[in-house]
This record gives sequence, structure tokens and C-alpha cells, in this order.
Amino acid sequence: MNRRGFLKRASLAGAAALAPPGAAAEAQSPSPRAPAPTTPIMSPAAETSTPPEVEILTTDRTGSDFMVDVLKSIGLDYICANPGSSFRGIHESVINYGGNQQPELLTCCHEESSVAMGHGYAKVAGKPIGVFAHGTVGLQHAAMAIYNAWCDRVPVYIMLGNQLDATLRRPGAEWAHSVQDAAAMVRDFTKWDDAPMSLPHFAESAVRAYKIAMTPPMAPVVLVLNAELQEQPLGADARVAIPKLAIPAPPEGDSRAVAELARMLVAAEHPVIVADRLARTPAGMAHLVELAEALQAGVVSQSGRMNFPTRHPLNLSQARAIADADVILALEVNDLWGVLNTFRDQLHRSSRPIAKAGTKVVSITSGDLYMKANYQDFQRFAEVDLAIAADGEATLPSLIDAVRRATTGDRKRVFESRGAKLAEASRAALDRARLEASYAWDASPVSTARLCAELWGQIRNEDWALVNGTGGWAPRLWNFDKPYQWIGASGGAGVGYGAPAAVGAALAHKPHGRLAVNIQADGDLMYAPGVLWTAAHHRIPLLSVMHNNRAYHQELMHVQKMCNRHSRGIERGRIGSELVDPPIDYAKVAQGLGLHAEGPITDPNEVGPAIARAMASVKRGEPALVDVVCQPR
Amino acid sequence: MRRAIFAAAIAVVAAGAVQAQPPSSGQPAAAPAGDADRGKTLFTRNGCYQCHNYEGQGGAAGPRIAPNPLPFRGFAAYVRAPRGDMPPYTVKVMAEQDLADVYAYLRTRARPRDVSTNPLLSR
Repeated sequence: MNRRGFLKRASLAGAAALAPPGAAAEAQSPSPRAPAPTTPIMSPAAETSTPPEVEILTTDRTGSDFMVDVLKSIGLDYICANPGSSFRGIHESVINYGGNQQPELLTCCHEESSVAMGHGYAKVAGKPIGVFAHGTVGLQHAAMAIYNAWCDRVPVYIMLGNQLDATLRRPGAEWAHSVQDAAAMVRDFTKWDDAPMSLPHFAESAVRAYKIAMTPPMAPVVLVLNAELQEQPLGADARVAIPKLAIPAPPEGDSRAVAELARMLVAAEHPVIVADRLARTPAGMAHLVELAEALQAGVVSQSGRMNFPTRHPLNLSQARAIADADVILALEVNDLWGVLNTFRDQLHRSSRPIAKAGTKVVSITSGDLYMKANYQDFQRFAEVDLAIAADGEATLPSLIDAVRRATTGDRKRVFESRGAKLAEASRAALDRARLEASYAWDASPVSTARLCAELWGQIRNEDWALVNGTGGWAPRLWNFDKPYQWIGASGGAGVGYGAPAAVGAALAHKPHGRLAVNIQADGDLMYAPGVLWTAAHHRIPLLSVMHNNRAYHQELMHVQKMCNRHSRGIERGRIGSELVDPPIDYAKVAQGLGLHAEGPITDPNEVGPAIARAMASVKRGEPALVDVVCQPR
Repeated sequence: MRRAIFAAAIAVVAAGAVQAQPPSSGQPAAAPAGDADRGKTLFTRNGCYQCHNYEGQGGAAGPRIAPNPLPFRGFAAYVRAPRGDMPPYTVKVMAEQDLADVYAYLRTRARPRDVSTNPLLSR
């Protein structure tokens, strides 16, 4: 009997499975005049009589077992999932057939958390993890997190359960959970998707999806796993090939364009390098340091990735470098227009250029290789003098070589003189930051500068990595000098990213024994706090310190702006944005989810000791949270 | 979908506009008498704290404006008609005396101790 026939019979089990011959046929074609079956379902006769045929109710191997073989072959270490019946087949195959190892199933409490965990994990580990979700309700929950990963150019490997064959669906929920084209909802912000119709088709598409996700510009991909394909018996002698996976080498910039860029940089008097989502691997930061030092050029590192050491003498991130530049090199900068211009958000919106007239602008970005239309995360069009469509990190080695070839002795002396001035500017910026941080030092609520300084005081001698949030001050006060110490932000500014991405990143840091630190915004945590339970359940060590300003503060400022603009009700600007009355007790929330937690702390002198106690829990391999009531920004 | 964070842009635009002067600067000229306690209430109630924080120390969304704000005339002019991103506070919603009270509050904010004596901030 094939599976289709089996399921048809199974659907009748309540009425006919143990009925005498002919009863099943009657049940399949009910007649209003036919008498109701008189044989009790569990009658002795039904249990002792010969069944109409030998029904095969079990199988040793299924299609989803093979799917797990494929997932192992491409190297997925984890799968995040909130359980769902549309992927029950592969769920069982992962935990039993696959031994729940590589991939290991992580129990999540919300699909948004599942995807955001994958988002954070990939930025540390350099490769995606999997997500299982219903093709309907699960994907609907997951959609915002997928959009964040899309905007942030991060691969997440999403697998959706679906029952495509309408005649096989269980009545009720399975219909509500089925969809013709599951991936359609997220197709505008995923890079590729497929709904395989056979296991060989699955194998090819699974490998193809991984390749596509991992090729810059990276992005989430979606595979729809038909329930029928997952649960169908697979003969013991079935042989389905798994294609070989070869990750494409990322595209380097055209050699002539790179040589031209090198000449421009060497000839410039005030070259400035701006880097955003540049460093995909640990090599990215090393290459950028090498380029900057070869030119003695200032670097403005935006917050997209850990691009450049914060205390490097050429780091101009806290200085106003753009206005003085004569050549600007933008490396994987998402909003280059925003780098080159200011925007004034008043009643009449306006903008003006920052860069001086005649400044040459060059971009290197894989964003020029791939783009979609509907969602507008690509930002305003920026005029450039030279556009190199390529991966920034992959292009740096050839650019460094070209710069060295183009540099003469005279230019080297100019570079050295420039570097000394920039080092002084960098030192002055750090001194300024320390002075500014000292204001309101003893204030309550705790200033964000004090929060970051206290946290830095506790972690500075550890092998730490900041996985979410900056408190506004961490890049100014902390010494980030390792490529894994920062992973950027959400990408799409979809709130709710922080906590789950931090847990995912901490998971990736765990085998390295690093202290993962999360500066957790209060409004963000309220989206899906259940991820803290996931961290506790799976023993994922993570130190979360709350930047608790008791509001969706960004929105609060926007509403205040409207109140002022209309000159009415400026005292009511907080309505709808504050998280007060009652204030949320995040320590109790976290304790209830299985974490060591303290707070709310309002005395700045209590912050450091509380963090120290929380760190003791984290060092035991557990997550911990300290709730600090902070000033707004 | 929640909005993007514009704090950095706000800070860049606003910085230098109503920024506090160095601690060594002199007393602001022609500062009207103000009630610092009332000013504290207004500073919070009218939303000034949202960008400048409760002590006027500034941060990611707005510059520091205490304890030594610009001279009152420039301070008031900026609050009424900001050149940057700051929301305008018209007379209709914030009277002259309100400004004077907020100004008095800002001037009474504590000055920081020497950074070099702060182990969490010293080099």
C-alpha cells in the first residue's frame, strides 16, 4: 500500500479501521439511507477477526531521514524551531534518526526568536543554522526577523512545513496551516526559495539554497518541505544522491578598477575609508587595518560589523572626518547617501551635503550585484565617481597590493605626517568621550555612560564579545580590538531582534569559551522574552544587562517631535510609548524563565557588583540578567 | 515594522547647536531669574530629557547642555527655532518663564569630578 492509500485509510480509522469487510467502503460512501454500523468499534469480534488486509503502519526509514542526511552534509549545526505538525516528520528524524546532533534541535518559543537566533549565530559562526516553521502561521511569526536578516545581509536557512495535497490534509487545523505557495509571503526579502517535489529535487535544492545563501550578498533562503515528502516511507535499498557542496568564492573587484582606486587613494591628501557591513570573516578587520595603515588614512567604522579596532590611532569614527575628505572609499556601506549628506527632519524636510564639492567617492559593495524592488532598504541613491560591484572584504587584498605598488617614497612621507595628525585626533576623541561620560555619573536613573563604564570595568579582562546593543557608549569607551567583539545590529531596525540574536550569537561563542555580553533594551525584550528560557534550557551562557529606559524611546522622541511641531500637548508625548504603570520587573520575568537575575537597580553604585554576581552564573555556563533602570539614551 | 533608529543622525545634526560650553567658560550674560525646582519638573514634563537625559548631560540622541549651557539668549533662540533636528518649542507651549526655569535647572547640575580620578574612566 502506498502512503496515500495508507493515509486515506487512517483518516477513517475512528469509524472503520477495525470494522468488518465492507464497513470501510460504506464509510467512504455514506448513504443517508444506510443503517449505522452496528459493530462496536472495540468489539471482541473486531479484535479477533482477520483484518481485510495487512496494513503497514510503520516504516524504518522516511523521506525526512534522507533530508536529515542532506542537512548533515551541508553542515547545519543547529535547527531552531517552535514545534509544528507540518514538519513533524523531519522533527522526529532530526532527534531520532539524526541523533539530535549536527543538527541539534533548539526549542524556541516563537518563530521570530528562531530566525533572529539564526541571524545572531551566523554573524559569529560565519555560517547559517536552520529554522523549522509552519509554512503559514510559523512563517507569519518569523517574517519580521527574516526581513531583518535580509537587510543585514545574513544567511538563515529556513525550512517550512506544508501539506500541499488537499486530499491528504487532516480536517481542521491542517487546512488552516496549508498554503499553495508558502514562500510567497517572504519572497520579496529572501534570496531564493523552492518547494521540492521529490527527494532528489530536495537534495539539489537544499545544496543550491545553501550555496546561494552563502554567496555575497548573503541573505536568507527558504525551502518548503511538503509533509508528504517528509513522511513517505523510504525503502531500505533506496539510494538518493546528495550533491557536492562548493561554496562560491566571493566576487573580487575588477583589477583595472581596483588599480584606478589605488591611484586615487595614494594621490589623495585626506582620504577617508568608511566601512559598514564589510567584515564577513575575521580576516576582514585585519585587511582593513592593513589598508588604512598602508595609506595612513582615517577610518570611519559604522556599526554594521566589527570592521576596525575602536582605539586604533586611525579610527575616526567619533570625529567629523567626511567634511575634510578629498577621496571617500565606501566599503559595503548600505546608506552611502546618508554618509555624504545630513537630513533635517522638520516640518519641511531638507538635506545638505557634508562632503565638500569635488570630493571623489568610490564604492565597493556586493549590493550592486543583487537587489530587489519592493522593500526599500537599499536607501537613497548616492552619486559616486567609481562603483566597483564586488565583495568588499574579498577585494581588500588586491587593493592593498595595488596601493603598495602605487606608493612612492614621497607619498610615504606624506602618509606618515598625516597619520601622526590623525592619531592625535583619535586620542582627543577618546579623551572627549571620557569627559562626556563623567557627567551625571552619580545620577539615578543610571546614565547610559555609567552603565557602559561599569560593564566595561567588569569584562575588560575577560575574553568578551558584545553581541547586542551598545548603550550608546560602548564603542566610545571600550577597547574593541578583536574581530568577534561586535556583530552589528538588526539590519532592518525591526524591534525584537536584540534578545534572540544575542542568544544565537552566544551559542556561537560558547565553544570558544567567550563571555557573550548583551546590552538589552527593555522594549525589545518584551517582544518575545521566551528566548531567555531557550537560553536557560540549552545552557547558553549570556550576560544580559538591561538598558531599561521604560519606554519605546525612539518612538517616544518621534511622537514628542509631532507634539512640538503642532504646538499642542507637549506634555502628553509619552502616551503610547512608555512602559510604566506598572513598571516591568525584568528580573522577575527572567527568574521565571530560569535565569539568575537581579534588579531593578536604580543606584549606580550597585550596578558593578550586580554584574559581577551575574558573571559568576555565566561562567558556570548559564544565562543571567541584570536589570538597570537607565536614563533614556 | 518599527522605525529605524535615527538617534545618531539627530545627535550629529544637533551637536554643536545648543551644546554646553566648556566648564571654564564664564557666567551666561543676561540670564533671567529662574526657579530650578520648577525647571526640573518642566525639563521632564516637556520632554527635554528625551534627548538630553535627565541631567542635561546629553547622549546618543542629543548634546550635553548642562551644567553650563549657552548664554540664555542663544539658548532661548535655539529652543524656539532649532537649526538642527530638535523639535521647536513655541511660546504657546513653553513660556519665557518656563525657559528661564529650565535654564536655571541646567545651571544647577553637578559638575563631574576629575576624570583622571575615576578608575572606570581613566586611561
